[in-house]
Amino acid sequence: MDLKLKIWRQKNAKDKGRFETYEVKSISPDSSFLEMLDILNDQLILEGKEPVAFDHDCREGICGMCSLYINGRAHGPDSEITTCQLHMRKFKDGDTITIEPWRSAAFPVIKDLVVDRYAFDKILQAGGFVSVNTGGVPDGNAIPIAKPKADESMDAAACIGCGACVATCKNGSAMLFVAARVSSLALLPQGKIEGARRAKAMVAKMDELGFGGCTNTQACEMECPKLVSIAHIARLNREFLVAKLRD
Amino acid sequence: MANIFSSSIGKKLIMSITGLFLVVFMLLHVSINLAILISEDAYNAACEFMDTNIFIQIMVPILAAGFFVHILYALILTLKNRKARPVKYAVNNKGEASSFASRNMFVLGLIIVGFLVLHLVQFWAKMQLAHYVTGHGHENPYLLVTTVLSNPLWAAIYLVCFGVLWFHLTHGFWSALQTVGFNNTKWLKRWQCIAKIYATVVCLGFAVVPVYLLVQRYILA
Repeated sequence: MDLKLKIWRQKNAKDKGRFETYEVKSISPDSSFLEMLDILNDQLILEGKEPVAFDHDCREGICGMCSLYINGRAHGPDSEITTCQLHMRKFKDGDTITIEPWRSAAFPVIKDLVVDRYAFDKILQAGGFVSVNTGGVPDGNAIPIAKPKADESMDAAACIGCGACVATCKNGSAMLFVAARVSSLALLPQGKIEGARRAKAMVAKMDELGFGGCTNTQACEMECPKLVSIAHIARLNREFLVAKLRD
Repeated sequence: MANIFSSSIGKKLIMSITGLFLVVFMLLHVSINLAILISEDAYNAACEFMDTNIFIQIMVPILAAGFFVHILYALILTLKNRKARPVKYAVNNKGEASSFASRNMFVLGLIIVGFLVLHLVQFWAKMQLAHYVTGHGHENPYLLVTTVLSNPLWAAIYLVCFGVLWFHLTHGFWSALQTVGFNNTKWLKRWQCIAKIYATVVCLGFAVVPVYLLVQRYILA
């Protein structure tokens, strides 16, 4: 496959940035999208040019490190996958592919296609955990948990924190990410204890960091590589509002 | 309760509560309108009731406040949301991932505000407001309404606005319930379905009046 790539290039956080067009030739339809970018970078290095910076790590769809807004969609033109799981067979020979970084006030661009997603870590640090005292491993069967609840909690816990929800949302809202954490812990007896404090602290941090509000467009859920449902946002709303009303 | 309304979810709670209040109001409004289909006396009696009933008198300022707060918070939240994405995407395939109504609630709302002003000036000011100020409303509300809505141009404007309202309600109804937390994986689809049914019933109820009047004037006459 021969392709034209329109890629966002930006030297650093302060640079204005611009699109640059590159051409790659003889790309196998079976190669992954990131492999195609690796080939482009090899080519750029050989030409003595600066390679394109992009985030990646595990390349098997579980670490949440890869990003990219490809042809107007987070993680590209396929559903239930991250960019590293996207393959070139989803494109046609001769296509022009536009590649942009996530766009959000809370995710500033650091370089080229790499954005700073530290805002997610800050939200997690605000309350996305269960406080436990050190000690022996508790008996797994000591606290019975209904199967449907455990399943729903696991569905929410599947969130890998990639930020596609924020990137896709027209309001740059982080509600799906926050909801996944709050909901997955609120469904379990161990997490429930700190539920009210967690919901309040994480929402406050989310608001503080400049994410927008949710208008229930469901775009986040559609682009989420792990298909985290917006029903978890309803649970977050419930947890938050009840906690606030009790104050 | 402390600073609940300074949070994003607290502000959206205001949007949803006022929205749900307006959703209930729409049902009352459409029921009164349908009296036009029964007879002139029936509609005039309904207007008389709306002018004099004590419960309605109390609800009118509350309704006005409901509209005002809903519109005000739509502005506040939309401006905040726009700030969250200062740099737009060069290519954005929005249609793949969300419904038209959900993406355009603010624009649909703006059109409805424009329509609301027109509608208040055209009817409410001469009917309920006149009664409130002078002590007696329009002498024949039926004549006022039928004269305007049997005019093809006005009828067309009203019908288009009902279409806009339909889109706004299909998203607004279930979205409000989602925001107050009254939702889960099962009820998501159900609320979305109920919202479509509700919006269709309300907007068809509104639309049937000008259509009926046009048919009466141009086809049956």
